[in-house]
Amino acid sequence: MDFMVFQYPMISVQACLDGVLLGILFALIAYGMALQWGVMNIINIAQGDLVILGGYIAYFMYLYGIHPAWGVIVAPIIMYFVGVGLYKLVINKVVDRDLFISILATFGISILFMQLMNFAFGADVVLANSGYGTTFLFESAVVLPNSKIFSAFISILFAICLVIYMKKSKLGRAIRATAQNARAAKILGVDTEKVYAATFGINAALCGVAGALISITFTIHPYMGLPYTIRSFMIVIVAGLGNLPGVALSGMGLGVFEEFADYILGTEFRIGAVFLLLVLILVYRRFKLSRKREYLK
Amino acid sequence: MNKNLILYAAILVFGITAPFIFPAFKVQLSILCVLIVLALTWNIQGGEMGYNTFGNILFYGLGMYLCASVQVGMFFPLAEWTESGGEKTFVHTPAEFFQGMAVGLVVAAVVPTIVAGLIGYSILGLRGHYFAICTLGLGVAAGEISGGIEIIGAGQGFTTPPFPDVGGLEARGEFFYFLSFMAVVLTFTAVRAIYSTRFKLILNAIRDNEDKAEAMGIQTMKYKIIGWMISAFFCGLAGGIMGGLVGYIDSTDVAFDGREMGVFMVLMAILGGKGTLWGPVIGATVFHIFKEGFWTFFLGWQYVALGVLIVVIVIYFPEGIMGWLREKYPERFGEVVDEADRKAQVELK
Repeated sequence: MDFMVFQYPMISVQACLDGVLLGILFALIAYGMALQWGVMNIINIAQGDLVILGGYIAYFMYLYGIHPAWGVIVAPIIMYFVGVGLYKLVINKVVDRDLFISILATFGISILFMQLMNFAFGADVVLANSGYGTTFLFESAVVLPNSKIFSAFISILFAICLVIYMKKSKLGRAIRATAQNARAAKILGVDTEKVYAATFGINAALCGVAGALISITFTIHPYMGLPYTIRSFMIVIVAGLGNLPGVALSGMGLGVFEEFADYILGTEFRIGAVFLLLVLILVYRRFKLSRKREYLK
Repeated sequence: MNKNLILYAAILVFGITAPFIFPAFKVQLSILCVLIVLALTWNIQGGEMGYNTFGNILFYGLGMYLCASVQVGMFFPLAEWTESGGEKTFVHTPAEFFQGMAVGLVVAAVVPTIVAGLIGYSILGLRGHYFAICTLGLGVAAGEISGGIEIIGAGQGFTTPPFPDVGGLEARGEFFYFLSFMAVVLTFTAVRAIYSTRFKLILNAIRDNEDKAEAMGIQTMKYKIIGWMISAFFCGLAGGIMGGLVGYIDSTDVAFDGREMGVFMVLMAILGGKGTLWGPVIGATVFHIFKEGFWTFFLGWQYVALGVLIVVIVIYFPEGIMGWLREKYPERFGEVVDEADRKAQVELK
């Protein structure tokens, strides 16, 4: 335990800013999770592994001398096709089934991805250096890498584009209709199979963007996927499905929580704190709902 | 009944003579016994109660750490033991070792049961996938947190007391085999006894429709907690035995190993057929043979195989071996089949 963070206010400011910038990234991943959960009613445990895969795409561009920031454009395109392929191979068989089946099946995919990435890219912790430099605030008391600001900006940009796309385009309307009532949408001529594939592809593409940004700002490692899944799940259950401002806000909240947990408990307990927070949130909601004799559905 | 008695006697005789018939496979057989115990306990939860948990690994790991800590802590200072790591500055005498093991196993079984009872009320109120994800979080959090605690070895691991010098490697293998075989017999008997009571029917009612069960006047929460506590008891016991068998405890790779053991128990129960008495036993045996084959001949690719196996079993084979047999030979399971109806169904297909 270390309470330095309360004695020096500037550390708190640093933690808050770091947390908010990190949280915007989490919110982007969580948005993808909310999308597929709402539309297809599946929970994708492999979400975090898709993020890491996107990160490796950017990292490889960096290795071959291309600036990793271009990964923000390349990774979603590749990941879209990975997502659609995954849907055609596995996910389409679990869409109508029990939610536990989808959890277990995607857990299998997650293990598979983890190990394949471990073979292909090695078990080292890597990062793609963007060379963006750092910004110093408040007489150098707060240090912000420019890459973090860049990644937050790009995430917001992608989120806004996606929201507009979902509102205006034909496919976006079809996706929203399927989310409301898949059967009615089918009767009215929406090819739900195609919509599901596109939804999963868009989710994977969002993961790709987030992964590319994570590889620039933080580090990636083949086994780091599961915490991202848990974070996005947590954000979605706190915010609720289809509540975009809520997703953004709870994402930032989670980011700030993590930074403070990092300072106070120490880095080795960071992931543990995230998972414990998930348990606490679920238990809190359970007690809140049980007062009205309801339960989480 | 008579036929069953012969079957049980045959299995018992085989179990007792197995280490002498296959002396080279003693460790494998012990691990198989532990796996069967885990699959049986998972089945109480996932199969009969319908609460699919990823978190029973919590009790398994807890039991493992507790058994080893008690075994060391009864005679030597625990902190110095873990600090010395592999170097043995303290040596258990045989009497101390067996005493420690006995007390350790009792603690390893009882404490997780109490923990399950304490957290049960808050966690078992969650339903369906929220429960699944919450328990997944519990398991991972336990692993991450125990990896930061100094007194049980933190990141560098915890070496359990080595087997004392009585009879060498052979005796060690036999000791752990009979210990785990006893655990299997105990678990199977207990589970079988439970499944013949009203308690099992209540668990099935909770699985099929919890709201209705509650409306019928069953205090579902009470039974859910009892069910979880029974699971935790045997899980902790299995963990304690496994800790001694492996000889080394690491927080995320051995004890709270959600990626291996935590998934194995789910997979074994589903492969064998969840919601049946024999399913987990058969599933664990088949899975263990498959796993050992793969782990030996395709080293490095085992997780790829595991991932593919999970997807294939879950999507194409969710009923498991027992479920498949039941569909094929319903008469053997005591179901009355109308011959004409069956023919009509075959024609429909």
